[in-house]
Amino acid sequence: METVKITIDNKIVEVPKGTTIYKAARQLDIDIPVLCYMDLPDLKIEHKPGGCRICSVEVEGRRNLAPSCSTEVFEGMVVTTHTMRVLNARKTVMELILSDHPKDCLVCAKSGNCDLQDMAIKLGIREIPNQDIAEMSTYRKDFSPSIIRDMDKCIMCRRCETMCNEFQTVGALSAVNRGFYSVVAPAFEMDLEDSPCTYCGQCVAVCPTGALTEVDHTNKLIEDLSNPEKTVIVQTAPAVRAALGEEFGMAPGTSVTGKMVSALRQLGFNYVFDTDFAADLTIMEEGTEFLDRISRHLKGDKDVKLPILTSCCPGWVNFFEQQFTDMLDIPSTARSPQQMFGAIAKTYFADKIEVKRENLVVVSIMPCLAKKYECQRDEFAVDGNPDVDYSISTRELANLIKRANMDLNNMQEEDFDKPLGESTGAGVIFGATGGVIEAATRTAYEIFTKKSLDKVDFKQLRGMEGIRQAEVDFDGTTIKIGIAHGLGNARKLLEDVRAGKSEFHAIEIMACPGGCVGGGGQPLHHGNLEIIKKRTEAIYREDANKPIRKSHENPYIIKLYEEFLGKPMSEKAHHLLHTHYSDKRKKIIYMK
Amino acid sequence: MSRIKVELKKDQVDKIKEICKAFDNAEGELINVLHKVQGTFGYLPAEIQEVVAQELTIPIAKVYGVVTFYSFFTMLPKGKHPISICTGTACYVRGAEKVLDEIKKVLKIEVGETTADGKFSISCLRCVGACGLAPVVMVGEKTYGRVAPEMIKGIIAEYADQ
Repeated sequence: METVKITIDNKIVEVPKGTTIYKAARQLDIDIPVLCYMDLPDLKIEHKPGGCRICSVEVEGRRNLAPSCSTEVFEGMVVTTHTMRVLNARKTVMELILSDHPKDCLVCAKSGNCDLQDMAIKLGIREIPNQDIAEMSTYRKDFSPSIIRDMDKCIMCRRCETMCNEFQTVGALSAVNRGFYSVVAPAFEMDLEDSPCTYCGQCVAVCPTGALTEVDHTNKLIEDLSNPEKTVIVQTAPAVRAALGEEFGMAPGTSVTGKMVSALRQLGFNYVFDTDFAADLTIMEEGTEFLDRISRHLKGDKDVKLPILTSCCPGWVNFFEQQFTDMLDIPSTARSPQQMFGAIAKTYFADKIEVKRENLVVVSIMPCLAKKYECQRDEFAVDGNPDVDYSISTRELANLIKRANMDLNNMQEEDFDKPLGESTGAGVIFGATGGVIEAATRTAYEIFTKKSLDKVDFKQLRGMEGIRQAEVDFDGTTIKIGIAHGLGNARKLLEDVRAGKSEFHAIEIMACPGGCVGGGGQPLHHGNLEIIKKRTEAIYREDANKPIRKSHENPYIIKLYEEFLGKPMSEKAHHLLHTHYSDKRKKIIYMK
Repeated sequence: MSRIKVELKKDQVDKIKEICKAFDNAEGELINVLHKVQGTFGYLPAEIQEVVAQELTIPIAKVYGVVTFYSFFTMLPKGKHPISICTGTACYVRGAEKVLDEIKKVLKIEVGETTADGKFSISCLRCVGACGLAPVVMVGEKTYGRVAPEMIKGIIAEYADQ
């Protein structure tokens, strides 16, 4: 590999040809400030539009300052990152950006977690010259079921656009208009709700300001918790416990299950349950559906649709309902764990505790923003009363716990309530990419082969590669499994299926990087995806420590079928636990 | 950008597809495709952009982004008598802005818009190479030099019955 030697701030470093000044400086532990730049090597994304000019540095012999994020080094280059000229330019750039940015930090959802705010602090900005006469661009706020767009706060870094187009291939967002009037918006500046947006929330996860935020339900929740007429129950998704601690200063990868349960109980929830229970239930239904399809396929039934695709991830469901409308009969009809939980809670459980459906409030804590939309879908409501009333994100829960004067660090460890709080290791791993299919494999193997698994770990299904494939031996029958996380990766597998080139029997798809642990509702990673890997480790650790690790052995799941559902795929199960998909392409155009 | 609704006929859709095909449906040819399509249809309504997006397999948001970035592209049909005013340096310092304000006032439309009767539209351009005549206004193919705001009503009146 060809290398070049350069000098940065009087220090010499040798780097491969083609390296940028910014990256070369990192090797010398010189941290040049960046704002629009975003580097996510695990996702093969380096966003370096060189647009904000915060990262400008002085290069000897060059007339103007160079944006270090997008300027490549050359042999003998001499760079200085902190001359008077550089510092002045950086300050002016920041002042100009701030001159067209609202000053409502006190009440901004991103306050304390905002890259722009951090940069203003770092650069010591104390005033914005001529703000009194500076014109500010204004744009209408756009509210969708999951995400709020406030383009007044957009600094045109265009990170969201890269996530939406390059990584997710959703194509909902693009920079439009020019100069002072430019914003990132859907086509024809329509509302996000009318665009192909899947609500995956990856745009929110990388937005450096408060321009993209989630719809916040915490005040509604406080109101419900204070209402004596209501019985309020909560379910928590597996990925939440692996990340919530970060908001309280704990190291990434700290599992806070017991402390979280205790905090939820103190917040006043009548019952603290676990989405993992519903994940086990999902395995019973989805696994049975899979075995049904595969058995018919092996018997030579040519009409059976394979591969079966998982259907737990609402961002993914939104994606295929818009972009693969010719393949709506391939995904499993099993509802997501969130919705299975809601359906069981408002029937089986409501009857048990003798509370009327309308007085039972089911809240979910999710690492996800698409879940906010999912629980609002018409098919998941009975007479207008939703199975899950609303969903709040991991970030919102952290805020709520802090607001209630609690510190997660000091909480006791407590257990979930029964019966909907009991889960197996298989339910926990739903939170990581490959986890759903591993959980399904554990159960499907035992039912299919009628043998007991010696080792429940299927390590070949784990990892961070965007697309993975593995084969599992079902006692002589080879089952081929595909896994994708990130919708761009999913698209590749889906296009193979559409072209008839796919050899998989089953495919697991998650919209977010790393699966739910990297969801759009999780504590912000600020570009450090190592955090997501740590959360994944926490998930698998929790699974390994569970006494029961196969969904079909969960005693409360067995009881639920005995007392209420009958057997998997029964008529009742179909009614409560399965769904259907429809063509949801947005009719933005008036053409026939 | 303001917009109007149109219904494309099959032969119009085919024409757009044909243009895209001539550029190998290549994503990188988006600007050239739009240029050509606008040359054929006169403007680029949302319906046309959707066909282009489908043919080049790129998000429609991207197409809209390009259409709104370049002032050459328009989503509204130009008037029968398109009025262009030069706002290049020479014309600008000789009072083009006042002339433009007068045109907007008389026609009651903004730059990039078309009058309700479809007769006039206003656009700005940068230098027609007649700086000696600054400020310059063009109506259709005809050029007017050393235009003062007081002359605008008279110029527009010339086309009122056409």
